[in-house]
Amino acid sequence: MEIIDILLAASFWEAAIRIATPLIFGVLGALVCERAGVLNLGIEGIFTAGAMAGWMAVWLGAGLWGGLLVAALAGGFFGLIHAILTVPLGLSQHVSGIGVTLLATSLSYFTYRTALPDVSSPPRITPFQPLDIPVLSDLPFIGQALFSQTAMTILAFVLVFVTGWVLYRTPLGLAIRAVGDNPSAVEAQGLSVYALRIGAVVVGSAMMALGGAFLTMSAFDAFFFGMINGRGWVCIALTVFASWRPGKALIGALLFGAFDAFQVRLQTEVGAFLPSQVFLMMPYILSIIALIVVARKADYPKALLVPWFKGQR
Amino acid sequence: MIRFEPRSNPGPFLTYGVPVIAAGIAILLAAIPLALANAPIIKAYGLMISGAFGSVFSISEMLTRATPLILTGLAAAIAFRAKLWNIGAEGQLYMGAMAAVAVGAGVIDGPSWVMIPVVMIAGALAGALMLIGPTLMKTRLGVDEVVTTLLLNFIVLLFVQMMLEGALKDPMSMGWPQSEPIIDSAVFPPLLERMRVHLGLVIALMCAIALAIFVKRTVWGFEIRAVGENAAAAKFSGISVTKTMILVAALSGGLAGLAGVSEVAGTRGYLATDLSPGYGYAGIVVAMLARLSPIGVIASALFVASVFVGADSMSRAIGVSSYLADLIVAMALLCVLIGGFLTRFKVHFERKSAG
Amino acid sequence: MSSAAHTSPKTSQDLLLSLAGITKKFGPLIANDAIDLTVHRGEIVALLGENGAGKTTLMNILFGHYIADEGTVSVANQNGELELLEPGAPQAALDAGIGMVHQHFTLAENLTGLDNIILGTEPIFRLRRDRTKARAKLNDLMARSGLSVDLDQPVHKLTVGEKQRVEILKALYRDARLLVLDEPTAVLTPQEAESMFATLRKLAASGLSVIIIAHKLAEVLAVSHRIAVLRGGKKVGEMTTSDADHRSIAELMVGHEVPVSRRTARAPGNPVISLIDVTIDRGDSRRSLHGVNITAHEGEILGIAGVSGNGQAALAQLIAGLDKPDFGTVEIFGKKITKFDAHQFAQNGIARIPEDRHHDGMVGSMTVAENIAIEDVRSPEYQKLGFLDFDAIRKRAEHAITDYDVRCPGPDAPARLLSGGNIQKLILARVLEKSPKLILANQPSRGLDVGAQSEVHRRLLEARQAGAAVILISEDLDELLTISDQIAVIHAGHITSSMATETIDRSELGLMMAGQKKHAHADTTKNAGETA
Repeated sequence: MEIIDILLAASFWEAAIRIATPLIFGVLGALVCERAGVLNLGIEGIFTAGAMAGWMAVWLGAGLWGGLLVAALAGGFFGLIHAILTVPLGLSQHVSGIGVTLLATSLSYFTYRTALPDVSSPPRITPFQPLDIPVLSDLPFIGQALFSQTAMTILAFVLVFVTGWVLYRTPLGLAIRAVGDNPSAVEAQGLSVYALRIGAVVVGSAMMALGGAFLTMSAFDAFFFGMINGRGWVCIALTVFASWRPGKALIGALLFGAFDAFQVRLQTEVGAFLPSQVFLMMPYILSIIALIVVARKADYPKALLVPWFKGQR
Repeated sequence: MIRFEPRSNPGPFLTYGVPVIAAGIAILLAAIPLALANAPIIKAYGLMISGAFGSVFSISEMLTRATPLILTGLAAAIAFRAKLWNIGAEGQLYMGAMAAVAVGAGVIDGPSWVMIPVVMIAGALAGALMLIGPTLMKTRLGVDEVVTTLLLNFIVLLFVQMMLEGALKDPMSMGWPQSEPIIDSAVFPPLLERMRVHLGLVIALMCAIALAIFVKRTVWGFEIRAVGENAAAAKFSGISVTKTMILVAALSGGLAGLAGVSEVAGTRGYLATDLSPGYGYAGIVVAMLARLSPIGVIASALFVASVFVGADSMSRAIGVSSYLADLIVAMALLCVLIGGFLTRFKVHFERKSAG
Repeated sequence: MSSAAHTSPKTSQDLLLSLAGITKKFGPLIANDAIDLTVHRGEIVALLGENGAGKTTLMNILFGHYIADEGTVSVANQNGELELLEPGAPQAALDAGIGMVHQHFTLAENLTGLDNIILGTEPIFRLRRDRTKARAKLNDLMARSGLSVDLDQPVHKLTVGEKQRVEILKALYRDARLLVLDEPTAVLTPQEAESMFATLRKLAASGLSVIIIAHKLAEVLAVSHRIAVLRGGKKVGEMTTSDADHRSIAELMVGHEVPVSRRTARAPGNPVISLIDVTIDRGDSRRSLHGVNITAHEGEILGIAGVSGNGQAALAQLIAGLDKPDFGTVEIFGKKITKFDAHQFAQNGIARIPEDRHHDGMVGSMTVAENIAIEDVRSPEYQKLGFLDFDAIRKRAEHAITDYDVRCPGPDAPARLLSGGNIQKLILARVLEKSPKLILANQPSRGLDVGAQSEVHRRLLEARQAGAAVILISEDLDELLTISDQIAVIHAGHITSSMATETIDRSELGLMMAGQKKHAHADTTKNAGETA
């Protein structure tokens, strides 16, 4: 019955939502790229770059929102590299993505080391603070679980709505969904396949970078090497799980966050019997299970991974 | 307006020259981060070269570093040939290393000519199994292997940690999470007196040559090439795509596993969680620089290894972060991708208005 | 030929489109060589030519997908004055009122018909879409043109005919003044084609200009006002349809007398392959078969007629050994097949010619020799202990290249350098050289020029003469009626009993392809006993 207690505690859901927040950014970003037909395996590196760039901007005095802007720009920059390689040049999206991850990661690490050559413990910034919204934050349960998070979590939830609105309610979203299914259909209607895809990858990458920035600017207050720790790859799995829909992406990320928060609590209960690594493996294993569950019916965007050249039919 | 037109047949200059030029550009681009780090650029390059090639010792270090890179490079090359996107060489390497420790740290004993093959087979098998799993999930269930192999890297590393704190823990390590050492008869002997370069290099070179012959000259290599280039046509002609993929998985995972064996039995002597500084991921760069050619892998592994060793040594001398090496390697990958594009397409600049 | 009697409106004020001196080269190939073409308001122009004559290139230049090396495209503006069209800009072509219906539809299948139509017609950065106005305009268009289709269905649920209607509506919605249709009848039954032509005549009468790209004569003679013929990238003739005569146009198109393949009488032998109550259920009709009974005999070509997407793929997969039946049995030479395996099938004398020769028929980066040997590399002739015998492989390729006249730089050239016709010859060489007992030919001549087509037919007839059973899946009724001994019709996964070709009436065949008529000539059906 301890399990029920855990699940009913507002503090548990507070943790779940906190864990889910960077994933929401990441899955939304991956989803926008993939809806336009481009797999972005640069995500892990873009997370790192967003985490480092956002943190460093704040550390240099830019202010928290300025830091977020810097993170998004860094993400957009690496997204642009991936987009140029994979869209007009039509190169392997797998390899280019891995290349962007390697580049963004090493550049972030190099920059951090160069800026801070001698520090032994990483310097700290003042991160986003938990909100105290009148009325909302005082609501029972949901007040603590959701409205006492930081502004970035609220931003993530808003972004779910915005992404959904753009994809399903605007002409731009219509064009993005079309270009991920059949680029020739988009060109025949006089729109630019390249512009749509490059734009989607750049914007999607900027969103991913915000997920990374959340880690250094909200969840923690410093940058560590290896702190992304596969979160980007988890987002790629969750994107498939979410069948490329923003609403389901939110649910997937929250389920994942809940499971992760749950295993941490479980660890304190039964940790004595099992090595801690078993619990730490859970998120990765869960991601693989999520992929297996949806694999058969996964409805990949039809033009995903398929390069398209102008003048091609 | 720019238009791309496929080339019918790239000449030898494009085929062999492009990777070399790409690598060179990546090295030159390193001047930018060096300048930003306020380092003396010319001196830094000099230090990198002497760090990798300046003495017998530095060459031995470079070759030691190239050994696992050849093996993980081959692992990526053969997998990518078949369009099996194995990004999990890092995990397969650790599984191979762990298997080598499991059988080679004293459980069984024997002369070297028994023990060395035994640890190699154990490591290769473990690595192969690590990739056959995701491959079966891909062919049977349609689960994307990119994500599964990537995530398995993290799972394996945690698993290794767990074993190093448990069953494989060295009671003499005074609390450090590391395994018992490989017994002497299973250790890869050094190739030179007092140098670290070891038998693993010879094994890696033999693997490269064997793989080249395998791919070019055998029925199975033929089928791998066919499946990789056009799986639909291969399937139509009667080649079993599933069986071919499993064979590729066994080869690729096995080679990555061997890289782990070589590090444990040749370089380190025991297993720890910092055994590989990302050899699995660097293997992808090595393979792409080699344009997936097994023999080319040897050359590109030497290049990547000298970047790592040279940058390490420069970093120690003038205090520039050694992450510069990773940066150069990443840039080399992107450069060779673009270069690969230029070998396949001619670029035409068209006038906007005709007439 | 009724409408050909219409005199087409032809004053210079009515000129809508003028292509002048269009030249386009791809490397050494001259795809278009100084082509002039005009179209007037309300006129239907047929652009005739063989595959590779340059029709599609010309239309891609008109539509801005390609830029011409030389020459200009001019379109009349609202005042009737010709204005140069910006090259290489599909948007400019759309704005000038040019609508194009490609042979391979350019529809996003995950979107509804309505979304496909309004895609790109409103400013892209807007907070919401306005579908009410679009719907009203489309309802009006559908009522006037007779093109009706459920606009709220996702496109992947529509039939081919419905998709084509969406494509035409797409152009009309943008107020197209000129509609270009690339091979519009290729995927339709004769009846559907007739109804589409009726629509076009109606639209033309109301002022729309139409270019129909075709390689089949009979159809365009019925609908067009004027015919332009392309050959080898040049315009070789132009005439009003009423002056045109069938044979001279055919020769203009081909450049020489058309070789005709003829069957010689031959009594069929024993059954080679029988499908007995075969059902394959894969959810959608394209990939399913329902209770199919067919038999092909030695020395017989069994044609399977039907509009594509009616289960041909399932039938082909089955006979190629790539799929197995859910219910029912397949017998080859009276023996029930238990193991469906492409390799086994190929080794047991089944020659398989795939529908999509580029996608399924060859590995582009491998050599011509390797592609010819690909089905047999495991046989002892070509390998020892797993090591390939490259001499044997090359020797076979050299023979094949000579015997089948495969035009290529040599056996070691990558196969992707070959033209479509030569790829097909390569595939024929691969599968026919082993004197197969059964041949599965799936759309074997689609997209080939007349020369290559007749070569394919000659080879199939030769194999038939030698005693092979041939199952010929085709959408081309002319092809089927020329070389088949028996024809069965496939529709929605059902296959009718086969009929002797001599007894078949073309329009009846069309009705059967549309699924409107199940059985015909039960008395003349040779296999009636087996299929009843």
